Amino acid sequence: MTLAVTSPAFKANARAAIADPQLQGVLRQGLGFVDRRQAAIDRLPEFDALRDSARDIKDHTLAHLDLYLEAYEERVRAAGGHVHHAVTPEEARGVILDICRKAGAKTVTKGKTMIAEEIGLNDFLEANGVVPVETDLGEYIIQIRHEAPSHIIAPAIHLNKAQVEADFRRVHTHLPENRNLAEPATLLAEARTILRERFLAADVGITGANFLVAETGTSIIVTNEGNGDLTQTLPNVHIVLATIEKLVPTLEDVSQLLRVLARSATGQDMSVYTTFSTGPRRGDDPDGPAEYHVVILDNGRSTMLGGEFQDMLRCIRCGACMNHCPIFGAIGGHAYGWVYPGPMGAVLTPALIGVDLAGNLPNASTFCGRCEEVCPVRIPLPRMMRDWREREFERHLSPVTVRSGLALWAFFAKRPRLYGLMTAMAARALALLGSRSGRFRSLPLASAWTRDRDFPAPQGATFQSQWKRRKR
Amino acid sequence: MTARDTILASIRRSLGVSGREAPRRKAVADRLREHPPGVVPARGKLAPKSRAELFPRLAAMPWQRERTLEVKQGASDGNDLAAVSHAFGAVAESGTLMLTSGKDNPTTLNFLPDTHIVVVDADDVAGDYETLWRKLRERFGAGAMPRTVNWITGPSRSADIEQTLILGAHGPRRLHVMVVGETE
Repeated sequence: MTLAVTSPAFKANARAAIADPQLQGVLRQGLGFVDRRQAAIDRLPEFDALRDSARDIKDHTLAHLDLYLEAYEERVRAAGGHVHHAVTPEEARGVILDICRKAGAKTVTKGKTMIAEEIGLNDFLEANGVVPVETDLGEYIIQIRHEAPSHIIAPAIHLNKAQVEADFRRVHTHLPENRNLAEPATLLAEARTILRERFLAADVGITGANFLVAETGTSIIVTNEGNGDLTQTLPNVHIVLATIEKLVPTLEDVSQLLRVLARSATGQDMSVYTTFSTGPRRGDDPDGPAEYHVVILDNGRSTMLGGEFQDMLRCIRCGACMNHCPIFGAIGGHAYGWVYPGPMGAVLTPALIGVDLAGNLPNASTFCGRCEEVCPVRIPLPRMMRDWREREFERHLSPVTVRSGLALWAFFAKRPRLYGLMTAMAARALALLGSRSGRFRSLPLASAWTRDRDFPAPQGATFQSQWKRRKR
Repeated sequence: MTARDTILASIRRSLGVSGREAPRRKAVADRLREHPPGVVPARGKLAPKSRAELFPRLAAMPWQRERTLEVKQGASDGNDLAAVSHAFGAVAESGTLMLTSGKDNPTTLNFLPDTHIVVVDADDVAGDYETLWRKLRERFGAGAMPRTVNWITGPSRSADIEQTLILGAHGPRRLHVMVVGETE
């Protein structure tokens, strides 16, 4: 019962996204994150050194993950918290429902967590009589629309304010019809008022974790709204849902990572709220949850260790790769068809749900390399997309047209003289045909290109013949 | 086999380790004990006086002299318009406050009221986060933390609707920092 996968229909999804005027209107605005990230980095001369440090910390942790996991669990228990383990999404859902039932929970508030999306938690809780309430503004909006997030840090980025207004009027029917909801500020004020009641009434609060600290048994959330903090402070029970690769050794290590996280994500020096939680409320604490549970999920990640995709486990979910991706910028996040969009999704999704379902995603890249260039933990995303393409090819999952096209190209590429002859003939023929205007408005077999732009006519000589001539 | 054993076994299988290797165990123990600082930006390494000046300063807060205020102690139930908290310290590097939960510092005060006023001693304004972690270990002991440590850098905000930045999403709409006293 995890989120429905539409990644196999990626091409149709992408076509629909490009034909969607509302989505295109939003995408055309571009992402302000890009400029703000650059400005934040320009202010910090040590940024690249910090990226190396962040990568090294993650690599070190992953190489000793079993031991840091054990150390972390010991500290959580010492602080009075409970640690639960789940190999599969199903087990994680079961553990969480169990805690909710024991707490007699009717409503559960939720901070933003992609892992909950990954395990389809909301639908499951709802089907079992526990009402989940998303409290991040973007997540709240897409929850009432019954949609998935389209971006890992800006879940409702695909919507415009008129769409949000329509949804608020549809759902908040107890409020006067003539109220002003024309501006983001009035929409936010309405959500704030409604969610404030939910915060105060919730029995259990569920958050994700940006990091888990082995030294102290601490879980960390990073937000700008403060919704995660109200989620984990007000109810009697706080459940943290996290995956194994969130671990870092020490408070110093996590400070290195926090220095690159917000700068890479939103271009802030630091997010507004970075919260370190360790166990339940103490004896003389005036507030805070009485119970603290951590659910540690694997869901296939342990098998990524030691292999070609281990580097993906360094990811700190800042979203910089998708913010800078030309494909993401053209089609948005939903077209990717599962929880994680953009370049990081193109590498992670095949690892989590299988390359047979997600094989389209590593192919949805121009290999321009921007994603790797901006990654705060230097994940070689293009290299790993190439690895997935190879695996797809080896397993005969690529479409027939791709395979036969590659076979045809390989036939000529392995026969250099024939290749030179054929390309020279083709270039000369095209040059002759296109000599009048210098370009083609349409070409057989190339309609995908010529539909949107002209194809420039070759100048006569091939690259190889020019190369030969210049070498002389 | 429990889920825990399954996950640990899978990690160890993938890494090709047993978990009993002395060098690996030593590497982990050393790191947890020594917590090396890594790269600390130079911008936080300033003279004490200028550290405080990096902070937005609110010299005169009239609420102190205001006699018509209803003043309460303890946690907030969501009906308070303003709250005053005391910060454990502050970090000049990013204008960040660090608050710790405890008997006199309810966490709810940091998030429920519309206006949050945080008092911090000028002497507690550090250049970087690492300095405050050292102080925290001195106060609470190695490996121990209060229930909640809040880093706060400005008032609550959201840009989830059309990327328009608005203050006061779920937490305080206004954050005032009062730096008290002078650094030595």
